[in-house]
Amino acid sequence: MTDADRADFLQGMKDCVPIVLGSGAFGVLFGALAVDNGMSMYQAVLMSATIYAGASQMVGIDLFGSNVAPWLIVLSIFAVNFRHVLYSATIGPRLKSFSFAKKALAFFLLVDPQFAESERRAERGKPISFSWYLGMAIPTYCCWVTEAAIGAYFGKFIGDPTAYGLDFLLPAYFLGLVIGFRRRRNWLPVVLTSGAISVIAYKTVGSPWHVSIGAIAGVALAAIMAKPASPEAVADYEAGDA
Amino acid sequence: MDAASSEITWIIVAGAVLTYMARFGGHVVLSRFKSVPPRVLAALDAVPAAVMTTLFAPVALTNGWPEAIAMGLVLLVGLRFNMTAMLITACVSIVALRHLFG
Repeated sequence: MTDADRADFLQGMKDCVPIVLGSGAFGVLFGALAVDNGMSMYQAVLMSATIYAGASQMVGIDLFGSNVAPWLIVLSIFAVNFRHVLYSATIGPRLKSFSFAKKALAFFLLVDPQFAESERRAERGKPISFSWYLGMAIPTYCCWVTEAAIGAYFGKFIGDPTAYGLDFLLPAYFLGLVIGFRRRRNWLPVVLTSGAISVIAYKTVGSPWHVSIGAIAGVALAAIMAKPASPEAVADYEAGDA
Repeated sequence: MDAASSEITWIIVAGAVLTYMARFGGHVVLSRFKSVPPRVLAALDAVPAAVMTTLFAPVALTNGWPEAIAMGLVLLVGLRFNMTAMLITACVSIVALRHLFG
């Protein structure tokens, strides 16, 4: 390891501090809610260690608690994580110096904040070295997995979750994530459509189909509303090609 | 391990494999195309919000007044403050409102 590698690794570790602090509560919350929804501590830790994507993990445990078919749960997890296709396509050209094995590891660790920080670093004209990438990714990953174990361990001591309003935390968390996306194109029409259609489907067709039906309605609307070759869309994609 | 529990483990493993495919595959597949249709990009962009909206909208609108009012409060807080503030609002308001309406 050269001095430059060491410096990059330490810089990565420094860059991940706000992310570790910001996501800490959610890592623990995930573990607690997972156990509350019938998962074992081992499964909660396995989920954080292998899927490693907070929102989709929450979607998964939310559906474990209902009578949703297994393949639909897998599909829902995949649907929520499908955005990573865009991250992967965007960041891929920036990792040209990585060997195949390094790329394989880097893509496994490509969570939302890792992507955001990598893009920020690239915008500042600094190269994304493997050392910096791991300096950022390793502490983030280790903390996330440990937090699931801590949450799962203490979650067992919580009796009736409705008494503390814990059953309401997941829906509120999803509302929070959706609010976080509000600067995306056509956000309001997509949210209103998915919301209205999912409520109608929930009342008529019933759970769990309201998830797929509502989501498809919103995604279809976004595709219909997109202008053919709209300049922003092309710019979004080409930014990754730089 | 009972049947339901091993089922959960398999769902986790399948979800992990597909998530990794999304993280690696985006680069592998999209790098082969010179340009991606804008409608496809717009649809991909909308996926997280569309999926997650279906996970809170029925809770907010079909469970009763406590859930509806509490979700409205969480929304207002979320427009100004961070996720931690939203979750605290969610917990405190739902417990209070359920007590009030219960």
